[in-house]
Amino acid sequence: MTERKDSKYLTLPAWLRPVLFLLVLLVVWQIAVLRHPHQLLPGPVKTAAGIGDLLQHGLLFKYVVASLFRVTWGFFLAVAVAVPLGLAIGWYRRAEMALNPILQILRPISPLAWIPIAILWFGVGDLAAVFLIFVGCYLPLLLTVIDAVQGVPAVYINAGRNFGLGPIQLMRRILYPAIVPRLMTGLRITLGVAWLVVVAAEMIAVNSGLGFLIVDARNAGNRYDLVVAGMVLIGVVGLLLDTGVRTLEKSSALRWAYVEER
Amino acid sequence: MSTKIAMENHATTAAASARTKLRTDSVSMTFERDGKSMSVLENIDLEVSEGEFLCLLGPSGCGKSTLLSAIAGFLAPTSGEITIDGEAVRGPDPRRIFVFQERGVFPWLTVEGNIGFGLGKLPRSERARRVSHYIKMVGLEGFEKSYPHELSGGMKQRVEVARALAVNPDVMFLDEPFGALDSITRLIMRGELLRIWQAERKTILFVTHDIDEAVQLADRVVVMSARPGRIQEIVPIDIDHPRDISSQRYLELRDGILNQIGLAHKL
Repeated sequence: MTERKDSKYLTLPAWLRPVLFLLVLLVVWQIAVLRHPHQLLPGPVKTAAGIGDLLQHGLLFKYVVASLFRVTWGFFLAVAVAVPLGLAIGWYRRAEMALNPILQILRPISPLAWIPIAILWFGVGDLAAVFLIFVGCYLPLLLTVIDAVQGVPAVYINAGRNFGLGPIQLMRRILYPAIVPRLMTGLRITLGVAWLVVVAAEMIAVNSGLGFLIVDARNAGNRYDLVVAGMVLIGVVGLLLDTGVRTLEKSSALRWAYVEER
Repeated sequence: MSTKIAMENHATTAAASARTKLRTDSVSMTFERDGKSMSVLENIDLEVSEGEFLCLLGPSGCGKSTLLSAIAGFLAPTSGEITIDGEAVRGPDPRRIFVFQERGVFPWLTVEGNIGFGLGKLPRSERARRVSHYIKMVGLEGFEKSYPHELSGGMKQRVEVARALAVNPDVMFLDEPFGALDSITRLIMRGELLRIWQAERKTILFVTHDIDEAVQLADRVVVMSARPGRIQEIVPIDIDHPRDISSQRYLELRDGILNQIGLAHKL
């Protein structure tokens, strides 16, 4: 009898396991909150009600879209600047040698340290947030691209030169496709950074979005149910973004990067 | 002894009477390493005729690949001059294509994309026609849309050879192209290469460390010695294709080269 139960447990579909574990955690959370009724921290039920509240007032989609809008702009501006620039810097070694010290000094500065300057230049509004996301994204992307270009096997570059490609053609037809797999990983990590930065930026520089929701809910009457609801939404949207890029990474055109050399 | 026979036959090889395609004039190459300079090639004088199949043979480290890279324009010689069709070589050129061991196939392009890589300037229909012609020539029909990682080593090598042939070069450089293949595939590929060479009459410079391979393929075998790389001997192979690799003459030539390199007949 027990044996049959065991085998039944093992045949659970893989996707069900994390779902079950999540349910267990939610129950534990709810029980913990019920045992301490004077805490401000909401349980899962109140948090869900908070999300429902946001939905009812039309704020959920408005805030999610506002945050995504800023991330999209900041992120794609960073990609548009960093990828061509990185290809050129990686290709021209002397440019890399000249720029590297500056890049290494800029790198450890948290994008959040740019908040005062962002507000100084762009005022309180979307542009400041977009700028902060751009600052948070372009440097890691640039460094990824430079490093990836320098890792492109010489044999591809020589083959390209042999077929008569000039520098621009070489970047477009050899360097760029050769780094795409590493670029995709860089994009995924950077998009994660963008999503982290947007929340912080919205807490200070704008008055909409999920980051704003969290600060506003606390300031306007300690609505901790909305604070946690905002956190949950940030987590879920972040997960969806990451899954989206991962799906792109695994697309058939890029599969070559994950195959062992025969 | 066989060297002497080879010398006597020199005048009779077809290649010796054809037009000179490529020559190196006392080409030397020195690399700097850890502050010390190392002579890799010393006074290489070589003349290759149009349509000739020439093998550069030697132990690893004798500079034969360096010489090939220099002739292809990837490396500049320290002294001496390389000329092709009377023109000094200043860099790589699409009229002369280098075939790397199958590593040179672009993994992000399909078989079709790879073979058509050098045909960007042609109209679409002409490009498609050439691609399909060379896919057929190297026997890769049905794999047009495959990516290199889905192919075997031998098939990837065919893709690279086809990519080179598609731009219709006058000269092809092959640097141990079959070195990474298993021995059966290697034999098949040699046969294919000879068939293609006879059909297209390209000038071929082929680097190998395999004596049998050199004697099976080449019009002339350039035997090189190591450190610094020098030309030790040039052996014309005066056997008609298809070559009988158990014939008396074949064995004589092979043993002659073995002697030349300083290896005994018995292990």
